[in-house]
Formats: sequence, structure tokens, C-alpha cells
Amino acid sequence: MALKGLDIFKMTPKTNCKECGSPTCMAFAMKVAQGAVDISKCPHMSEDALATLSEATAPPMKTIKVGTGDAEYSLGGETVLARHEKTFVSKTRFAVNVTPDMDVEAALAESSKVDYDRIGERMHAEMVYVEYTGDAAAYTEAVKKASGKGKVLILGCKDVEAAKAALEVCKAEKPILNGADASNYAEMVEVAKAADVVLGVSGASLDELYDTTAAIEKLGYKNLVLDTTGATVKETFANTVQIRRACLAKNPDRTCGYPSIVNLSKLAAGDENMQIALASVFVLKYGSIVVLDKMDYATALPLFGLRQNVFTDPQKPMKVEPGIYPINGGDENSLVLTTVDFALTYFVVSGELERSGMPCNLVISDAGGLSVLTAWAAGKLSSTSIATFIQENVEPKIKCRKLVIPGKVAVLKGDLEAKLPGWQIIVAPNEAVQLVKFLKDLKANGEI
Amino acid sequence: MPFNGKSGKFNASINTVEVGCGEKAMKIGGENVFPFYTFDAPIENAPKIGVMITDLGLENEPAGVKAYYEGCTTLGEIAKKAAEMPGADFVCLKLEGGDPNGANKSTEECMAAVKEVVDAIDVPLVISGCKNVARDTELLQKAAEVAQGKNVIILAAREEDYKTVAAAAGLAYNQKVGAESADDINLAKQLNVLISQLGVAPANIVMDVGTAAVGYGFEYVVSTMDRVKAAALGQNDTQLQMPMITPVADEAWNVKEAMATEEDMPEWGPQEDRGIGMEVSTAASVLACGANAVILKHPASVATISKMINELM
Ligand code: SF4
Repeated sequence: MALKGLDIFKMTPKTNCKECGSPTCMAFAMKVAQGAVDISKCPHMSEDALATLSEATAPPMKTIKVGTGDAEYSLGGETVLARHEKTFVSKTRFAVNVTPDMDVEAALAESSKVDYDRIGERMHAEMVYVEYTGDAAAYTEAVKKASGKGKVLILGCKDVEAAKAALEVCKAEKPILNGADASNYAEMVEVAKAADVVLGVSGASLDELYDTTAAIEKLGYKNLVLDTTGATVKETFANTVQIRRACLAKNPDRTCGYPSIVNLSKLAAGDENMQIALASVFVLKYGSIVVLDKMDYATALPLFGLRQNVFTDPQKPMKVEPGIYPINGGDENSLVLTTVDFALTYFVVSGELERSGMPCNLVISDAGGLSVLTAWAAGKLSSTSIATFIQENVEPKIKCRKLVIPGKVAVLKGDLEAKLPGWQIIVAPNEAVQLVKFLKDLKANGEI
Repeated sequence: MPFNGKSGKFNASINTVEVGCGEKAMKIGGENVFPFYTFDAPIENAPKIGVMITDLGLENEPAGVKAYYEGCTTLGEIAKKAAEMPGADFVCLKLEGGDPNGANKSTEECMAAVKEVVDAIDVPLVISGCKNVARDTELLQKAAEVAQGKNVIILAAREEDYKTVAAAAGLAYNQKVGAESADDINLAKQLNVLISQLGVAPANIVMDVGTAAVGYGFEYVVSTMDRVKAAALGQNDTQLQMPMITPVADEAWNVKEAMATEEDMPEWGPQEDRGIGMEVSTAASVLACGANAVILKHPASVATISKMINELM
């Protein structure tokens, strides 16, 4: 809750010494409350007062950092419940579950095969969840095998001694120790503090999770994530949503202001399709880390596509890089088609072109990331913009002189013919779905 | 001090729309909370799952779909089998053969297909067109007539043809009107207003507010659906309180992830698994955003989504 001027005034020394630049402590407090002046301008504030104030002015959901180097990720820090209000800032991260009785290295090698680029973003399971199964020595061994692979480790371990030993081999990588519950939290806090790692908290119910988190905060540890996994899917969804909602409410409940872990490897063990379904739900509804049995392409392609869509700025459309994209093995002699750099348009058009099986070159020029008609209306897609791009980037590389333009900007045909001497301009249909047939017909008529 | 969350129950609610007739009739909508927020208030009608079949039969379907319908020789048998699919609540017949750029079947042939399906099943039916607006205008108004008395959803009436399609479905033949718009809350609302002005009662309208496969501009789908539910429930916007139905199969199975063969993309692994992954993920996502019904086609997807709905309810 935002502090009122009067609350801040009570924390000042009330000496009116003016060193802050304000005539009185009261005036200073009012300005701080409005956000006009920073509290640090008063050199006489006590440590306690500063701590209380920074707590009160901090965002309700903490940003928690895990991992190191290239494998460092921020979790949480969200400010809204729906993406149209404001960009979701911290992507859901996926963890692959391993246990000491598995061939950990083989399992991780298999999941690591999924590592690809999608519109400029690296897609891979960023984390490994190592589940404790009762044998401390075997556990440390498994953790050792999972470490050093450029993934953030999550130690799913409630045994204090086993956790301590496992941290010895991996704490430099800044793992998450997902091990605190109502029975062991005091000791776990000490272990996490000593290793300086994020502590995961769980509970048999939402109330227990909440109370344990509050108790841990009282011990002064706030580097936390909340394991919202319950006994059932329904309970897990309820926990995850209610916690996020409470911390982003008008009167934020800061005890709920932490990222979440949802363990689908527990809730839907061995059922890959169910894990895909639930992971999709938790990408949309407030899962910060989602634990899966494994990562393969059947899982990765939909989930990373979904995540990339959801965690975008609602004001800014997704764009693809301008350039020449050969399709179906298109080369310098293959037909040239052009459209805008709006990612959705690009995907739909390139998908249809692939479906046609015809080798061709899709040329994308900068159109401000807008759809065809919007870009045209905004003057970002014009005969000049297309002609310039073709002359500068396409003519030196491509020999074919047939250019297909979107049906929605058929009006540009005449201008383009004038501006691109030597080129034959062909108008495509209005909708991308008609492209396959259109190309087939062109070919049948001997036009291409 | 236990967790003390405020309930997110709303005073307004989504309309309840009844589809089909007899014992197998189903209700969609009716909730006064966000999707699956049963901790705020009970949700009476769980989201429903439809199985899409087309008048072109099974030729172009993946192996798992073909295998499920093995032994079916007629469209009527296929429809029956679709109605029995574990987890399914209704059938969606897509008149794909009517596409002038495709099989270009005659209207009579398409209507024969409708009749065959209507006669074969007793579960609720959704009839959708071939996506060619001019053709659909004719096909769908005729389909509304052929399916008379069955209380089907005609999917869809669009801005371009609602006067014909919605009038035939919603007024002349007492069917449910599916109002289709493309990822824009204002267009969705406007279409509902227009269809209501024709005289179609709100309880006879469902919305398809547009969809895409996950990864393909799906953020627009998310935000449109989120905003529609927020307006319907939070602001009691009666012109957006129609339940939402989302055809998923066509989108999910028509993107590269589902269409690239294993030969072309060996590292991607089995093609059919990827198609199922896309269908399951897209369906789960639109349900999480508030779809009251989804239309799928693969038995594995239907089984998974049905299990997911059951576990979340
Ligand atoms: S510097 Fe601090 S103590 Fe001095 S007047 Fe300003 S607020 Fe008061």
C-alpha cells in the first residue's frame, strides 16, 4: 500500500533542518509521498525508516533473479493480470524434470536437442528440476550431472541435509532450492541464506503456503518463489491464480508477491499431451516456472510459439527482419513475392507458400510491423518503399523479374511497373489461403 | 493468518445457450466468473468439445483420425462415430466440399451431406461453411433449413452476410447463430448488435471472435477474448455476453508445425504428434481465455482436452 505523507512524516526526525531542500520535514514528507522527491535527499532518516519506505514503494510483485551468466533469468515483476493492460515482463520458463534413478545425462541430452531460434528468440528448456527421492548421496550425484550445462537448476528437495550437500556442488550456478514447507522452513531459510540462493516454498494448502511464506518473511528472507502445485490440477490452478491476483490487487498482499512454480511432472506424469494442455494454461495464467517430464518438438513448438505471442508488448506488433526468405528451396531464378514485416502476415503467407510446394522467394520490406492494408494506409507500404527495397536488396541477388504483390494493394501495380523497369508485376489474391491455388493456376497458365 | 483473497465473482454473467434437442441437448455459457475460476463461484456448464468432420470424408486426415473412423464408409457413419468419440459433446460438420476453389460441390450435394449427418446423430450439431463468404451465404442459409428442428449452431454469420445467414438461422428456422468476427472486440460487439437488430434474441447467438494457432498472432486472440470476458462480466456489457465457440482444428492443423513431414524436418519428430500438440495447446489456450466450446478433430486431442476440462472443473 502506498504510504501517505503523514506516515512518512512520522518517520522523519522532525527537526526541520532544511538539508533536504524543503523548508520543513512535513513539506518534505508530502513531496516524497507524491513521488516528487526521493527519500534519500534527507540524510537523517533512520535505517529502519528507509527499509519500511523502500518496502512500501517497491512493486508489489518481486522480481527474482536465478541462474548466472547467459543462464540468468528474471522471474516475476509483473504489474498486471491481463496482457492487453501492459506487457507481461518475465516469460514463463520451462524446466525438465529428472530424478537420481534416471540416466540424468542421457535425459538432459535428449531434451537439449530442442534448441532453436524463432523470430530472433532462442527456444529451449531453460531449467532442470532435480527431484529428491530419498537417497542423499545419489541426489548430490544427480545434481552434479545436471549442473554445468547452462541450465538453471531447481533442487526439489525438502531434506535439509541432502539440500545442503547438493548446494555445495551447485550453489555457484545460483539454483533455486525448492524445499521449504511448514515443517522445515526455519532450517531451510538458513540453508538458502548460507548458499545465497532463491528458496522455493510449498504448502499442503493455499493457507499453509501463505502462512509459511509469511513466517519466512518474518525471518527476513524474501528471495523466494512459491510452489503453487497442489494435490490436483484444480487446486494448482486455484492457488496460482489467487496468489497472483492477491499480489496485484488494489491493496496488494505482498506475501503473495513472488513468482510461481507449477510442477506438471507431478500433476500429469507421463501424459505428454496433458502436460502440453496444462502448460498452455499456465503460460497464460501466471506460471513463472513450469516443470515438464521432458522437452521434445511436439511440446516445444506449440508452447514456445504461445509464449512468444503472449509475452509481447500489446502496443507493438511483432515484426520479422526485412530480407529475402527463400521457400521450398527457392533460388535466384525463383518467383519473387512480397508482403509486409508484420509477423502474423509473414507467418500466414510463408505457411501458404510452403504448402504450395513451389520454390519461391518471399521478400519482406520494412512496413513498420503493420498489416498490409494498415501499412498501406499509413504510407509505410508504397510503390516507392517496395521499389527501393527491390532495387537495393533484391536485384543484386535474384535474377527472376516477376514480382507478386498482395491483392489488397493491387492499386500499386501501375506505379510499380513504372518504378521497376524490367519487372513484371503480378497481383495476388486478397487472402493468403488462396495463394496455393493462385500459384498452381499461374503455373498451369505458363505465367511462371 | 490464512490466505485472504477477494472473490472475483461478478454480478453479470454470460448468457446460457442451449444447443441440440432431446436428452443430448447441451448448455454452454452461464458463468459469472473468469474461465475455470471455480474458486470464485461454481461454473454450472463445463466448456464443451465438438468433433469436426467434413463432407469430403477422411482422405486428407492424419493416420490417427483415419484409424479412429476405420470401417466407416458413409458420411453418416463418420458422423455417428464422431458423436461417440470419448470426451466429445457435439459434432461439427464443415461443408468443405462447397469451396469453389476446391471440390466445388453443388449446393444439392452439400445439403445431402447435411441431411445425412442430421439423420445419423442425436448429439448437438454445428454446421460450418467452406470459408468462401459468397458460397457460405448460400450454403449456410440452406443448411439452416435442412437442419430445421434440430436447434443447431450455424457457423457463421459474418459482417458481410449476416443479413442472410443470421436471418435464416436465427429467425426463419430457429437455429442458433454463430457470429464470426476477427480478433477485435469492437467488431465482435458490432456484429452482435447488428444481428440483434434483425430480431435474433441474444439467447440464440454465440460468438466466434476469431482464432489462430498458438505462435501465429495468438496474442490477438488472447487479448480479444480476455477483453470480451472482462466487458461482459465486469461491465455488464449485454452485447458481449454471448458464449464463445472456437474452431481450433482448422487453424492448428494448417500451420508448418503440423504440416511439415518428418522427411522435411527430421529433427522435429513424428508429424502427427506435432499436430496433436498444436491442437491441444491452442484448445487449452482458448479455453483458458474463455471459450465455452472448442471444435477439434483428433481423438487424442479430444481425450486430452476433455480430461483437462474435467480436472479443472
Ligand atoms: S533533511 Fe530530513 S530532517 Fe532535515 S528537514 Fe529535511 S526531512 Fe527534515
